[in-house]
Parts: sequence; structure tokens; C-alpha cells
Amino acid sequence: MLSFTVFAPLLGVLFLMLMPKEQASALRRGAFVFSLLPFALSLVLLARFDAGNPGMQFAERAPWIPAFGISYSIGVDGMSLFLVLLTTFLMPIVILAGWGDIHARVKEYMVLMLLLETAMLGAFVATDLFLFYVFWEAMLVPMYFIIGVWGGERRIYAALKMVLYTMAGSLLMLVAILALAWTHSQQHGQLTFDLQRLYELSVPLHIQRWLFAAFALAFAIKVPMFPLHTWLPDAHTEAPTGGSVILAGVLLKMGTYGFLRYAIPLFPLAAHEALPIIAALAAAGIVYGALVSMVQPDLKRLVAYSSVSHLGFVMLGMAALNTQGVQGSIYQMLNHGLSTGALFLAVGMIYDRRHTRLIKEFGGLWAPLPVYAAIFMVVMLSSAGLPGLNGFVGEFLILLGAFGVYPTATVVAVSGIVLGAVYLLWMYQRVMFGPLENAANRVLPDLSRREIAVFAPIVVMLFVMGMYPQPFLSRMEPSVQAYVSRVQQRMAAGEKHLQLSARASESRAGRAGQAGPDAQCAPRQSRQSLGTSGRPCTSQLSTVDCRLHPS
Amino acid sequence: MIAFPDIAWTALLPALILTATAILALVADLWMEGPDREGLGWIGLVGLAATAITALALWNTRVSTLADTIAVDRYGLFFTLLFCVASGLTLLMSMSYLELTEIKTGDYYALVLFSTLGMVLMASATDLIVIFLGLEVMSVAAYALAGIARGETRSNEAALKYFLLGAFATGFLLFGVALVYGATGSTALPVIAQRLAQLGAEQRVLLTAGIALLIVGFGFKIAAVPFHVWAPDVYEGSPTAVTALMAVGIKAAAFAAFARVFMHTFELFAVDWRSVLWVLSVLTMTVGNVTALLQRNIKRMLAYSSIAHAGYVLVGMVAGGEAGGSALLFYLIGYAFMTLGAFAVVIALGRRGQPNELLDDYAGVGFRSPFLGVAMIIFMLSLAGFPPLVGFMGKFYLFSAAVQSGYVGLAIIGVLNSLVSVYYYAGVLVRMYMVEGTTEVAAPSSRPYLFATLLLTVTATVALGLFPSSLFEVARQSFLALG
Repeated sequence: MLSFTVFAPLLGVLFLMLMPKEQASALRRGAFVFSLLPFALSLVLLARFDAGNPGMQFAERAPWIPAFGISYSIGVDGMSLFLVLLTTFLMPIVILAGWGDIHARVKEYMVLMLLLETAMLGAFVATDLFLFYVFWEAMLVPMYFIIGVWGGERRIYAALKMVLYTMAGSLLMLVAILALAWTHSQQHGQLTFDLQRLYELSVPLHIQRWLFAAFALAFAIKVPMFPLHTWLPDAHTEAPTGGSVILAGVLLKMGTYGFLRYAIPLFPLAAHEALPIIAALAAAGIVYGALVSMVQPDLKRLVAYSSVSHLGFVMLGMAALNTQGVQGSIYQMLNHGLSTGALFLAVGMIYDRRHTRLIKEFGGLWAPLPVYAAIFMVVMLSSAGLPGLNGFVGEFLILLGAFGVYPTATVVAVSGIVLGAVYLLWMYQRVMFGPLENAANRVLPDLSRREIAVFAPIVVMLFVMGMYPQPFLSRMEPSVQAYVSRVQQRMAAGEKHLQLSARASESRAGRAGQAGPDAQCAPRQSRQSLGTSGRPCTSQLSTVDCRLHPS
Repeated sequence: MIAFPDIAWTALLPALILTATAILALVADLWMEGPDREGLGWIGLVGLAATAITALALWNTRVSTLADTIAVDRYGLFFTLLFCVASGLTLLMSMSYLELTEIKTGDYYALVLFSTLGMVLMASATDLIVIFLGLEVMSVAAYALAGIARGETRSNEAALKYFLLGAFATGFLLFGVALVYGATGSTALPVIAQRLAQLGAEQRVLLTAGIALLIVGFGFKIAAVPFHVWAPDVYEGSPTAVTALMAVGIKAAAFAAFARVFMHTFELFAVDWRSVLWVLSVLTMTVGNVTALLQRNIKRMLAYSSIAHAGYVLVGMVAGGEAGGSALLFYLIGYAFMTLGAFAVVIALGRRGQPNELLDDYAGVGFRSPFLGVAMIIFMLSLAGFPPLVGFMGKFYLFSAAVQSGYVGLAIIGVLNSLVSVYYYAGVLVRMYMVEGTTEVAAPSSRPYLFATLLLTVTATVALGLFPSSLFEVARQSFLALG
């Protein structure tokens, strides 16, 4: 069932390949219909999903490369379910949007989009590191062509930059994956890439640091976290609208999802050391992204930089590592996928009409384009986090979760929300209000029925997720709780072990070991205050540990 | 009276059939009239198929024959099969390629077959002298092939360069053999291996010098940096199908002998030849990839890329052991398919009198000829190491072996090199799909042999990437047959 969902887009690929390339409209319709198939299948997954079960559901497993312990194993849990749905939900919308702005090489575009969908779905559901890596890399190829062939003027530069940046991280991750698998083989006499078994592996801290660094680099580039974000504005600006939507909506989530599923739980000890840094970078990214957005003259670049800011929130919630934070983080991934996706669609539609994206070219668009302006407003407000719309729920949960753990970073992040409102509202004001001075803008036609159909499902979802988040959160909760407590326990157990061994070496080597426990106590102090709000294990244990080892 | 050694004739069948086919092709040329010599190609293909079938039938034998100079074991047979595939695909593309060129001699096919025979000998030989003989049979045929387009200066230049430098390098190899003989008193690999433990100090120095010279000799044939300077000129100047054979077959044959001598015979010799190969590997990967970035001619670019790939394969030799050896064999197979395929695309773009070998000639070709475009995407991505293609699996096995043996640094350098290589492989795709151009391309179906070559190589590149397990198991068994 799950496999079928993942590979359903390939049916569409096959079908489109067989069609003559001249019949553009038939190709468009075919692609749209075939993109509905995985969406329908994923709705079935949603209906059959057991909300009370924290583990992997719809799991499938078949040996693939048995000599290396590699299997084709997939599954969905509360953390990945909605990301799968987000992917299958956005794809028909993107293809429908592509009816308008993709006029050349329709067949190839649609084929690549569907290939991309399979790769993305595969990366979300993989529960084998090797399989994940295969899908992860495979995603890059269709995106490379989508930007490089259908993109703007500097498309080749942007496409190559994206590929090289992403590859730089992910190739190092490949080495780390290999090292992890061989560590397992050394400890248990057997190679494996199975995620569950690798979760249970206890890797020495000094190795964990390196491996975590490699994973984190790969994912941080993809997210992209400040200061590794420079590829993103280029890729977004040059990509065709559909490419931007998928890039922002789904591909960037791959990085945050990677942290959540791989980097943090695989290397809890190293993650424990690194999470404060991640939180700090996230806060920096939130403010930086917002400030840079504010001064962008180009609408698309503005939205692109706003992604840097929004994903900072996602990372901040994740770094808090408590139920609210992580849930908020996942929720915010979905929000960002919908609202930023919709913003890119909106920018794309105005670009189709005017062939420019410069804010100064517009002004007073409210009058000729009332429907467009209304939809744009909803989307913009959702992105700004207005209560009642989806963005608010995610941001609220994240701030709630993060405040106890990283108060400073959270305060900085809140200022980022204010800045977010500033650049979005100011942009909206400059584009929609004011006098309609530019003659070219007076004759613009309002949205067509197809374009309204493109926005309608997203706008509905923005309201649903803003007003009634419970169905989403309740399905995430068991998995998130299990995840948080597992990682917290691993961190606590690992630390205890470390300190025991440090104490042993201390007693052997006299004063030589002093620095170790001392240094480990220090960064934890900020978290002890948390006690009641979701980090019971670590905070209590570490309190005890610190008392045991007065520095 | 000289005692005549017992000869296991059945075990030698693959080599014998190959010899007979080569001679037949040479003779049959006399009866082939006119410019159309496809018949010779068919003779070659049938002969290679028969060779491959006998090699498969012998899979479970393990015989040492001809006074223990030739071993018919899975290792040798694995390479025999590899050479049959590589030469078979070369012949297949040649049958379309020769129409485009001025090459009108039937010797072409016979020379390809003789060269293949040399490769088979090299891979099966267990005596340094026989390895040398195989190398010469292979190389002399290749020198002639490089210059077979007699009307073209480029081709003449390539042949001369290849011959002069090749002869020079062979001298090193031979001198290395002599020194090894001086130190151990034998050229037979099993005997050398036995005597390694009992060497005196002087003999060890002698042997070390011999090993160094052997590395130079083999390094030349696999085009490892710094013994690679001949490769770009020769690859560029030679007829494209010959270049493909050089990049794949000759390189694999040199690796076959190189690995047999070093990973088996000298495996336990105290001198740390591994660190020499480590340096060689890093240099080869890095120089190959970085220089490839600067090329404007696709054959030259592929030449540097093939240098870089030799560097990756060397990672397997450095890693050593079962994992490294099996990865090496697997990689050579995968590399054969993707490289042959890439050269087939180069040929497909050529027209009579207009080879279209500059990268700029590739502008816009992808959309005008979708089949060639998709094929080239697959080969380039596979060479760059994108999953799920065979090039990725090969690198995965190689780097995994390196990590296992503790060479994490080498693995990191390897993947960073892959990153560099993405730039120039993607550069080809950029031109094919993202730049407008005017190069006219003949429909692939108008050249059935080339079409077949592409179809086979594409299928293998994808299928072996998706399902690498059984081939890897075969590679593992083959490597273990050395022990």
C-alpha cells in the first residue's frame, strides 16, 4: 500500500512517456490526473492511520542488498505522515499551476515533476539509511533539470549551485552513513543500515561528534540554516513557479525532517551538545531572513528569504526537544509548505501577467485584481502568523516549547515574528494599495477559474489548520512523544555512562579528568529550570549528576 | 630433450577460441569486398560470445596450466567475461562508427580481438613474464589501433605518443620484473609469495625497488597520475571506438594484473606499498577530476574522467582484503558499461567528416534527440555517482571498503572528488538541455548497431545499479579465488 503510494507517480511517468509530445493539453491533463492518484492513496493512508500507535505503520520490508544488510524498508509514523500528505497534496496543485506558465517542453516538465514526487515520497518513508540516501540524492536530479531548463536567466548557475551545495553535504553524509554501519558491524558483527537497529547502537561520543557533524551539514544545507542558505535565493529566483513551490514546500522540509529522523536520534549525545548551537543559528536565521526580506526589491527573492526565517522557527522548535517544540516544528513544516508555496504561486501568477517581479513596478493592484488581492492577503497573513490561520498555531507551539529551554533564542525569535509582519505587510501595501500609477497594471485580468482552483485547496487548508489543529496534532502526538522520550533517555543514559567512565578515569588519573564532567555540566544549566515542562529525564538526572560532580 | 608440460586444453578454451577468431577475422578480410566490413564484426561478436560461453562453462574449474604460468580460476574468468563484454560492445559500436570514418581496413576487427586476447592473458597469468607477454600483445595491437585512421594527423600523433611512452613504461615494468626475479629467484607469483618471508636485507631492498618499478609500469597502463600524461592526447586522437576500448578494456586488464600481483602476491610484504598507492590514488582522483573541469573536447574530458576513475579503483586496492577486492572488480564492470555507453553517445553525435566532439556541439541535443539525451543523462549521472545507478553502487562498495579498513580520510577525499566531478558531468547535461544549439543529429534508429550498444549499456547501468547484489557476489567469489 505504502509502496504503491510512493511509486504511483511512476505510472504517470510511463503514461506520459507514451504520449506524443505535441499534445500539450492532453499531457497537462494526464499529468494532473496521475498526480491525483498518489494523493488519493495517501488519503487512504490517513484514514487507516492508527493515531494511537507511535511506531511505524504500513511498514514494508524486503531484502535489497543482503550482503550489506541493506533492505527496502519503509513505513510511516506520526512525524512523516503529514509530510507525505503535504507532498501528494502540493503536487496536483503545482501541476495545475504549471498549465499556465509551462509552454515549452510540457511533457518533460510533467515527467520530471512526477519523478520528483516519487523521490520525495521515498525519502520521507524510508526507514533504511541507504534507501533514504538513494531517494535523497535522486531528488536532486529532477530538480536540477526543472530549474536548469525551465528557469529564468541565470538558471544554469542557480541549478548547478543548488546541486553542488547539496551534494557537498550529502556526500560527507554518505561517508558518515558508512562509518555508522561499520560501527554497528564492529559491535554486533553484522552490517546494517536499518534505522531502528542503528537507533539502538551506542556510538562513542568522539565518533558521534564527527558523524553528527556530517549529517547536520547535509541537512543544514538543505534546510537551509543560516549561514548555509546562499544557494536558496538563487535557486528560488531562477526556478519556474512550480519548481519554487516544490522546493520551498517539500524539498526544504527534507532537511528539517532529516534532523528529526536521522541526525538527532542517531547521535543523541553529539546532538545534545549541538542543539544549543542549532537554536542560536535558528534564531539568527529568523532575524537575518526577516531583515534581508525587508529590503528585497524582487517579490520572489523576498519570499525566498522569508523561507530562511520560517525554517529558523522549525529548527528552533526541534532543538527544544520537547513535545510542544517538536510538534510545533512539524506543524510549522506543513504551514511553511502551504503558505510559502502559495506565496510563490501568487508571485508566479503576477509574473505571468507582467513579466516582472519588482515591487516598484506594482501598486494599487487591488482595483484590477480583487480576487487575487484577497487570496494574496489570506496567504500573506498566514505566513505572518495571524491567529486563526495556520502559521499562528505552529509558531505558538514552537515558542511555547522553546521558551523554557532557550529563553534568549526564543525572545530573539519573537522579534523575528514582528519583523515578519513588517516585511509581509509592507510588501502587500506596496503591491496592492496606493495609487494605480503604472498603466500596464490597469489592464491586468483577474484570476482565471483554473488559477482560483489552484489556490482554493490551499486557502481552505490554511483556515482548517488554523482553526482546528487537533486532528493533525493528535496524530502526531504519540510518535512525537515516543521520539522525545527516547532521545531524552538516550541522552541521559549516555551522559551517565560518560560521567561514570570519566569518574573512573578521574580516580585513576587523579586530577587529570577534572575538565570532562565540569565542561559537561555547564551547558546543561539552562535546561534545569525546565523541570516541569517536558524534559523530565534529562533535567532531573543531570541535576543529580552535577551534584555528584561538583566542579 | 625438453620436457613438454602438460597442458589443460579445455581450461584454455576461451583464449584459444579468441585466438582462432582473431586469426579468422584477419583471414576473412581477404574475401570481404568493398567498404562494408560488418561481416568481420559479426565474426568477432560470435567469437567473443563463444569465448564468454566457454568461460562461463569453466566457472567452477580451478586449474593452473602451461607450467603454472596461466591460472584458469574465477578471477581470470571474471575478467575474461568483462573483456568479452567490453570488446563485444566496442565491436558493436565500431560497426556503426567505421562508416563515419576513413578507416577502411579489415585489420581493425582483428586488432581489437588480438588486443582482447592480450587482456585475457594478462588477467589469467600467474607469472610476471606471461603478464608482460599479455601486456605486449594487448598494447601492440592498441598502438596500431590508435593510429588506424591513417589519414588523420591526430590519429598518427596519438599512435606515436602512445607507442613511445608505452614502450618506455613497459621498460620500467620489465626492469621491475628483473629486480623481483633477482630478489626472489623466480618470476612465478606463487613462488615469489612463498619466498617473501625468507628474504635477506639486501634482497628486500632489491625487491622494494622492483615493486616500485612495477607500480610505475602498471600505473602507466591504468593512467594513474603522474603517469597519465599520455592519456588525454591519445584518447582524443584515437578513433572514438578505440578510445572506448582503451578506457575500459586496457585499463581493466592492467588492473587485473596489478591487483593480482599486489593484492595477492605482495599482500603481506612488509614494505608499505599501500601508502604509495594511497598517494597515487589521491593524486589520480584529484588531478583527473580537476583537470577534467577545464576541458572543451568531450573525448578529452572523458579521458580525464577515466583517469579520475582509475583513482577510485585504486581506493579498492588500498583498502584491500575481501571487501576492497570485490569492490574493485564490481567497479570495473560498472565502469565498463557507463564509459562505453558515454563513448557510444559521442559516436552517435558524430557525422561523416564532422565529429562534433566539442562540448559546445552538444548544445540543445537533448531535446532534439530524446533517446540520446536520456542515455547521456544516465551515463553522466552514473559516472558522477548518483543513485540508483551502477556508478553509485560501485563507489558505495569502494568507499565502504575503505571505511571498513580504516581509510576514512581516503573515503572523504573520494567523495569530495565525486563532488568536483559532478560539475563537469553536469556541464555536459547543461549543454544538452539548457543551451540552444544547432547540431544536427542522425536518428539513432538509422544506426542499428550503435542503437543496440546504447540500449545494452543503458540497461546494464540502470539494472546493475538497482540490483547490484548478485554481481557483487560474483565479484566477491572471483576475488576470493585468488587466495
